[in-house]
Amino acid sequence: MASVTLSGIRKSFGATPVLHGVDVQIDDGEFVVLVGPSGCGKSTLLRMIAGLEETLDGEIRIGDRVVNRVPPKARDIAMVFQNYALYPHMTVRANMAFSMRLAGRAAAEIDARVNDAARILGLDDYLDRFPRQLSGGQRQRVAMGRAIVRDPQVFLFDEPLSNLDAKLRVQMRTEIRALHQRLRTTSIYVTHDQIEAMTMADKIVVMNAGRVEQIGAPLVLYDDPANLFVAGFIGSPAMNFLPGRLAEGGAVVLDNGGRIGVASTAAKPGQAVTVGVRPESLEIAADGLLAEIVVVEPTGADTQIYCTLAGRDVNVVSRERHGFAPGQGIRLRVAPHKALLFDADSGARIR
Amino acid sequence: MKAAGVLDNRNVLGLLFLLPAAALLLVFLTYPLGLGVWLGFTDAKIGRDGIWIGLENYEFLWGDPVFRLSVFNTFFYTLIASVFKFGLGLWLALLLNEHLPFKGFIRAIVLLPFIVPTVLSAIAFWWIYDTQFSIVSWLLTRMGWIHSNINFLGSPNPARVSTIVANVWRGVPFVAICLLAGLQTIAPSLYEAAAIDGATGWQRFRHITLPLLSPIIAVVMTFSVLFTFTDFQLIWVLTRGGPINATHLMATLSYQRAIPGGALGEGAAIATSMIPFLLAAILFSYFGLQRRKWQQGGRD
Ligand SMILES: Nc1ncnc2c1ncn2[C@@H]1O[C@H](COP(=O)(O)OP(=O)(O)O)[C@@H](O)[C@H]1O
Ligand SMILES: [Mg+2]
Repeated sequence: MASVTLSGIRKSFGATPVLHGVDVQIDDGEFVVLVGPSGCGKSTLLRMIAGLEETLDGEIRIGDRVVNRVPPKARDIAMVFQNYALYPHMTVRANMAFSMRLAGRAAAEIDARVNDAARILGLDDYLDRFPRQLSGGQRQRVAMGRAIVRDPQVFLFDEPLSNLDAKLRVQMRTEIRALHQRLRTTSIYVTHDQIEAMTMADKIVVMNAGRVEQIGAPLVLYDDPANLFVAGFIGSPAMNFLPGRLAEGGAVVLDNGGRIGVASTAAKPGQAVTVGVRPESLEIAADGLLAEIVVVEPTGADTQIYCTLAGRDVNVVSRERHGFAPGQGIRLRVAPHKALLFDADSGARIR
Repeated sequence: MKAAGVLDNRNVLGLLFLLPAAALLLVFLTYPLGLGVWLGFTDAKIGRDGIWIGLENYEFLWGDPVFRLSVFNTFFYTLIASVFKFGLGLWLALLLNEHLPFKGFIRAIVLLPFIVPTVLSAIAFWWIYDTQFSIVSWLLTRMGWIHSNINFLGSPNPARVSTIVANVWRGVPFVAICLLAGLQTIAPSLYEAAAIDGATGWQRFRHITLPLLSPIIAVVMTFSVLFTFTDFQLIWVLTRGGPINATHLMATLSYQRAIPGGALGEGAAIATSMIPFLLAAILFSYFGLQRRKWQQGGRD
């Protein structure tokens, strides 16, 4: 196991810049998730750590070693690809054994390691099958098996679950976490799915357009986002945003004249701001702001109420069951410390 | 209503759709083939219907040293040419699969020998191999490597080598382009996975490229062997089977005996005796293809 340090990583494909200076510190044994929308450069960054893409600008360290010029096979990493990249002409056993066979390990050791990995992943009965004869979930497990038999310093995962159906994805999410708890190998996991990031990560790196927006533990990002992008990207249903202007006395005046009390101290009166409120932070209260209900969706555990407030779509999640109907008015309130303030121009958080 | 019921049956409908194709096959493939085989059992001459003489043609050919030589030549020609076509074709395909500048242009050039009509390229080679005006002789003389022109087609072994070179030149593009198409179906992530798994360039070729390409290699090389085994135009233009029958293939001998020589029955018998070899080649690759278990089965 080892730590991974990325400092000042830049990357361009031809004239197109893809990464604009990425700094990330990943501790030994940590499970870090790189999350961001499609095309933001997550895979590129991961492939640079793997050595599949050149790193000309910046520095990648695995443990104490700078690996910029080290070929993939000497970096002591293992990677699980999105399409699994299983060797189609090799059995499950041969797929897992391939790296050790190339390294010239003894047959007995190879057997022992492959059988170990197969037992951990529940693949014992499939060792002599070819990848084509396996289901998506089983192939995914073989890909993981191929990674763990090597006992590498770092695991790299590139959207390993995105080819699975929803149910299997949830199950594999748990399995990968359980595996990490057992092996404690430093892991870097790429996904565009913020729920995966929230549920799996020790630490999340939120990326957008080739930059790191924020790094932190899942709940820190949820409760204390650094900017509008992170606030909007993390959390489902997404945070509600209401534009307004800061007034005297710690309140924001919305476009329709409604007032929301805020706890921020750094903001200047008159400044254009965006108020961010999580759906579950909106309370239904008689002294709240008036909104109009558009759709009511009871999920059983809670009720999602979609409404419009000051001309904006607003989503409310309520634990109670209500008899609301579309078209009806509803009054919403938010506690001042639950209303997050963002600068309307830069999107930066105003604390 | 009853007719519609019959037509609804998938098998009946399938047969119906198959009929035209089957009829075409029967008329244009089976009939000439059958006629050829039958002719081989007669003593037909040009302008005279033959009578059934059983295996007499084959008995004669069995003892005919020229026929035996042509069988040897055919095997020699096919074997050597196919080995070189495979080696060069694979090498070219691997080269073209790399990131090269002007890739499309180079690929087009590689295809050239394939699209030029055989007769035309044969004539070009005839010129290249000319005893007086050969460009090869000229170049080698200029470089001071030889002092008199090479007699490419004038003596047995040089003629064999020369015809094989011409055949390889013509056949390599087909092999290269097919194998290139095969190479492009191999997912790049497999090579990346192998690189991470610690494979060197040679090991990636040996453990990923070659096994994944092998089904296509089998198909392409079967076709290549069939084409080479039955080659006619190139030899006929370059050497007409000479000198002293050294480059006579079964196909050229069959033609020579049947048409200029007039012995239709005997020519047909020579052609017919190619069939078992061709069948063997097809069966060989058919069973070779079947054994690849990893390609079959499973859900996707
Ligand atoms: N080999 C490449 N050549 C050119 N552009 C590339 C290449 N790989 C990725 N890109 C571009 O880099 C950007 C980031 O890609 P990628 O890292 O795959 O994003 P992500 O994994 O976050 O979806 C994209 O705009 C993509 O088009
Ligand atoms: Mg990606």
